[in-house]
Amino acid sequence: MAALAIRDTDVGRVLALSGRLDANTIRDVWRDARRALAESSGRPVVVDAAAVDYCDGAGIALIVDLLRIGRREKRDVEVANLKPAFVALLNQFDVGVLDHDLDPEPKRRPAVEEIGAITAGVWHDIREQVEFVGETVAALGYAVRHPSTVRWRDVWVICERVGADALPIVALISFLLGVILAFQSAIPMKKFGAEIFVADLIGLAMLRELGPLMTAILLAGRSGAAFAAEIGTMKVNQEVDALTTMGLDPVRFLVTTRVIAALLMTPLLTLFADLVSLLGGALTLQSFSIPFITFVHEVEGIVDFSDFMAGFVKSFIFAILIAGIGCLRGLQTSAGASSVGDAATRAVVSGIILLVVVDGVFAVVYFFLDI
Amino acid sequence: MGPAVPSTPPPEAAPGDDAAAAPIIRVEGLTAGYDDFVLLKDVSFDVRPGEVFVILGGSGCGKSTLLKHMIGLYEPMAGHVFIDGDDIVTAEGDARKSILRKIGVMYQSGALFGSMTLLENVRLPLEEYTELDNEAIDLIGRMKLELVGLEQFTGHLPAAISGGMQKRAAIARAMALDPMILFLDEPSAGLDPITSASLDALIRRLAENLGVTFVIVTHELASIFAIADRVIMLDKRKKGIIAEGDPRVLRDTSEDPWVRQFFHREPDAVAA
Repeated sequence: MAALAIRDTDVGRVLALSGRLDANTIRDVWRDARRALAESSGRPVVVDAAAVDYCDGAGIALIVDLLRIGRREKRDVEVANLKPAFVALLNQFDVGVLDHDLDPEPKRRPAVEEIGAITAGVWHDIREQVEFVGETVAALGYAVRHPSTVRWRDVWVICERVGADALPIVALISFLLGVILAFQSAIPMKKFGAEIFVADLIGLAMLRELGPLMTAILLAGRSGAAFAAEIGTMKVNQEVDALTTMGLDPVRFLVTTRVIAALLMTPLLTLFADLVSLLGGALTLQSFSIPFITFVHEVEGIVDFSDFMAGFVKSFIFAILIAGIGCLRGLQTSAGASSVGDAATRAVVSGIILLVVVDGVFAVVYFFLDI
Repeated sequence: MGPAVPSTPPPEAAPGDDAAAAPIIRVEGLTAGYDDFVLLKDVSFDVRPGEVFVILGGSGCGKSTLLKHMIGLYEPMAGHVFIDGDDIVTAEGDARKSILRKIGVMYQSGALFGSMTLLENVRLPLEEYTELDNEAIDLIGRMKLELVGLEQFTGHLPAAISGGMQKRAAIARAMALDPMILFLDEPSAGLDPITSASLDALIRRLAENLGVTFVIVTHELASIFAIADRVIMLDKRKKGIIAEGDPRVLRDTSEDPWVRQFFHREPDAVAA
């Protein structure tokens, strides 16, 4: 155990340390030594280490701390009788260097500067997005003109991950959406004897709006985040740099394949989601004495081809948004594990915001085109 | 818990000198590999307190795998690893934590926590394992970083410094609690010769003055001759140790062609 004895002599105060000085034993000794030094009324202080048996880095830190306080307060503090092995350890440190932090955290910027920096950051991000859209469109155009340059093997693998692997979650959410929508609307409609029109509501709402939107939001959370994390990790591991120095365009290599896969899979998943949600609605309405065939006839009567296409066309645009924003956030990853997490988060957040905004734009356009 | 070897008292004599001293690490009949593939078969050796012990060998011979078994990251197919008398292979809960408290590890990539500054990285084990106050922990952390020449980068994030600096910061973190044993995986790789030599000097100083035991995986011949008290050389064909002893003696007297080839940096013609 470590111990501290305090003696006052004619020439000053002696702090006699003894025993084993390590991180587990010195907590109280350290506190007492600091207090004894503070209470020595400016007299010279000698730290006597003659009885110190063992002194590791924490013990040396205690001695350095006492010397540092002496230096800071312009006091006469010295160490005596420290064993040569420990002196060698003590001599590794410059008390002057440790007296102040050489790398302090930067001060916070004034509010105006902070607002300016954030605005500049947003502007920079918009510019990057526009540039990225241009690069992606150019790469897709090149892929259309030269299909053999597309890495189709990668495309199929990504298709499986984006499409087939997403079927269970898309089925579950769509089915529940159909069930919930049917229940929530059928209960009030029943008061007016109008439960049959629930089929109309589900048919129109799912095919025009909710089917494509919910599928896209699911994919943004699932595949958009995966694209960002995957490409972000490649960026951190310098795999993207390796592609560049090999003369291969990262956009063509990484982005085109993912955008094509998303373009192929998202509309199919949307179709699947539409059908499953209608099935959920139909099953729910059976409990309201509406037979399955009646439900089908009602939906056929209200939903025409333009309603179906209104939702289906959106799914292509949503696919480009999800894949594009996921890849962009991945390519924007800086360094370190946390930045990969940030990239995935930003991919999901900005992906969902863009989906909702674009869906709103579609609603306005369809209104004016009377679709 | 498995069988135990006697616990080692705190070192006082010159480290590594006493060959008869109870080993601080004992590896007994260790067989290790991945799935059905055996990489090391029935490997046994001791590490004495306070010595700088180096694990050598060609690429893919199992050096890093052996190190990871010694620090309890991997479970061996067979065998035991005793750290200061306690078997890390079978230890669980508090017993395992008590063993881990005695060791510090520097990984090949540094493995610093990217969301923390260098000082926060070094402070972490001190905050978790000691009851020292904030100011004391701060001072110890900064001293460790000064030891590896990073006193001007305490507030930097790992991503903002070079790979070599990250490695030095990782060594500072491994030393935070002044462990009895420090495991270093390729500490000199990627460092400039001056930093590498400074690191070698630091290792010798800690071993000689504090009795810290070092287990180091390295390929750097200059480093090996500068710091190693004893080495073992692994070979992937024999799946085990082919040489053990003072590296200077092995270099000058070994008749094993692989050992000679390694220490004399000869190309692979000997293998033909």
